[in-house]
Amino acid sequence: MHTVSKRVNPVKRSYLLLEEWFNLSFGPEWNPLYHLGTLAFFFFWVVLVSGLYLFIFFDTSIAGAYASVEYMTHDQWYAAGIMRSLHRYASDAAVVTILLHMFREFSLDRYRGFRWFSWFTGVPTLWFVITLGITGYWLVWDELGLYVAVLSSQLMDALPVMSGSMARDFLAGQLTDRLFTLMGFLHLLGQPILLIFAIWIHVKRLSHVSISAPRGLAVGSLLALLAVSVLAPATSHAPADLSRVPPVLELDWFYLNVYPLLDKWPADQVWILTTGVTLLLMIMPWLPPGKTGPAAEVHLDHCNGCGQCADDCPFDAITVQARTDGARWENEVVVNPGLCGACGICVGSCHSSNPFRHAQKTLETGIDMPQFPIDEIRSRTEAALAGLSGDTRIILFGCENAVDIDEFQSQNVAVLKFFCVGMIPPTLVEYAQKQGADGVFITGCRTGDCYYRLGNIWLDQRFEGRRMPALRQRAKRDRITVYRAAVTESAKLRRKLTEFEQRVAALKRGGSDATDREAGHA
Amino acid sequence: MPRFLRYPLQALNYTVFMLLVWYFSAAPPYAQLQPDQAVITVAFAHAGKRREACRKLSAEDLARLPPNMRTPMDCPRERSPVTVRLLLDDKLLIEEVARPPGLFKDLGVDIYRSAKVPAGEHTLTVEMNDDVNVKGPTYTHRQKVNLKPAQLLVVDFNSESGVFIVK
Repeated sequence: MHTVSKRVNPVKRSYLLLEEWFNLSFGPEWNPLYHLGTLAFFFFWVVLVSGLYLFIFFDTSIAGAYASVEYMTHDQWYAAGIMRSLHRYASDAAVVTILLHMFREFSLDRYRGFRWFSWFTGVPTLWFVITLGITGYWLVWDELGLYVAVLSSQLMDALPVMSGSMARDFLAGQLTDRLFTLMGFLHLLGQPILLIFAIWIHVKRLSHVSISAPRGLAVGSLLALLAVSVLAPATSHAPADLSRVPPVLELDWFYLNVYPLLDKWPADQVWILTTGVTLLLMIMPWLPPGKTGPAAEVHLDHCNGCGQCADDCPFDAITVQARTDGARWENEVVVNPGLCGACGICVGSCHSSNPFRHAQKTLETGIDMPQFPIDEIRSRTEAALAGLSGDTRIILFGCENAVDIDEFQSQNVAVLKFFCVGMIPPTLVEYAQKQGADGVFITGCRTGDCYYRLGNIWLDQRFEGRRMPALRQRAKRDRITVYRAAVTESAKLRRKLTEFEQRVAALKRGGSDATDREAGHA
Repeated sequence: MPRFLRYPLQALNYTVFMLLVWYFSAAPPYAQLQPDQAVITVAFAHAGKRREACRKLSAEDLARLPPNMRTPMDCPRERSPVTVRLLLDDKLLIEEVARPPGLFKDLGVDIYRSAKVPAGEHTLTVEMNDDVNVKGPTYTHRQKVNLKPAQLLVVDFNSESGVFIVK
């Protein structure tokens, strides 16, 4: 256990501990750290709904904006006031969630290699969110709104493409409703549309993208937002006064953290810093680049074009197209190597990955991983089981991204590692039993946290018969167990494995096994 | 863990999260000015004088030009940079040299510079040079000002009348 734990870097270890704490209190289904993307979406929904309500009462003019916000905050505190607070706190919560989302992908090393695109497009998406919040503060047109307006204008003026001075508009006597209306349009329509577009690009290379947070998590988050909105309602500063500079401001640090820098540095240097940090974050997937194994290969001789692999692929790397080889099937699948994460989930999806096929010759399947083909999986399963000398013969299937299962190899336990547990064809489990395995133990990434997104889910659904290819009825289910553990949880896994060994041994002593074994070898 | 025990833990997590959100949504306060400070902003748009005066083209010069471009006067478009100096109690507070933008450096400049100053009575001097052919300021203005704490004093310039406006 200790050998494995030492290999985990402290950032990842800390993050996994945090996840474990949330698993304890929320369970994997509601663990917010497993749903950071959908949680951010949920906060955006709250922002959208509350924003629409606020827009009913908001006056988009210099003279009327502040008064309308004050009316909502104080006169209609029970509805618009709470909506305003929800609008603010949900926006802030979205930033926290997005930052956690970034930290998660970074600490778990899920931003490099084939995942570069999501990271690369996610960084500027955060800026879309930030600028949306900035224009929101502007619209309140209090002292903070004026501060945001003046400093934002100074930043814009520093850009070489801008002509004229926008900042001068905010001096007494210069300001007209026109610019204010433009900001209203940007905040209410322009920026949200850009943000939606940016998010669409961000998830473009993923399949089965969920944008709905689990109901329990959504309800809990909404109640928490409501509680903070009632207990600490959002309020405004004094009204904007163009002849005055407010000495102290209550900044929203989630959105306005760059602005105090403008007190120390010229605007062009602030641009250099923020652009530099953004670019550095964007190129992180190549510092150093992550390695992705060879892409999956389609073998048309064994593919009937059913499209199950295309549906199962977590990264949208497989598409179904019309048959090109003249075979009697209507379709075939094609792999886009640039999108393939080399997880092997497609191998587990393919009906042809059945080790009972072609018993006397090389096993080929419709879609295979060249670095670990299905024939090798079958032969290594056979060899691993043949090497066991103990009384109870257990085969442990694991993945490369969870606990390193090599340490569990013993006279009773054979191990075989996959890229992802989603790569395991259900028939392989049955095959292992037929080859003499008394028990099949499958482990992999923690529930809700599959390194390849969907491997755990597909495995469960196949075993439960809800997804093809399903585990057949003839498999001895009382001798199959699935237990998932993070890389830091090898001690827990060892305990579970020992319990399983004892259970299987007891089942063997119960009697029916001997007959089954003979049938399997026959 | 039994499900009913999870709820208090969830409440604790939500509380911590919302405390974080609530606190940083408006705190810690940011002091951009000391209580006894005011701000002076120099802000105006102005086009500097042409670097070179117009000159009358000779008959030979005109003959060398295509017929459609034969205007009698040659007026180089490039303008002078605009230099602004603001002194408070005769101490230099702001100095900016704004070079004319545009492909031919022929556009007007926009000046926007601010400085924090102690509130109270001061003598304000503002000088501007908008002509490279003149040494020293082409426009000056000097006046006494009494700045209140947190006041924003704007120094503007009217290009038509050539007068600084302090308001």
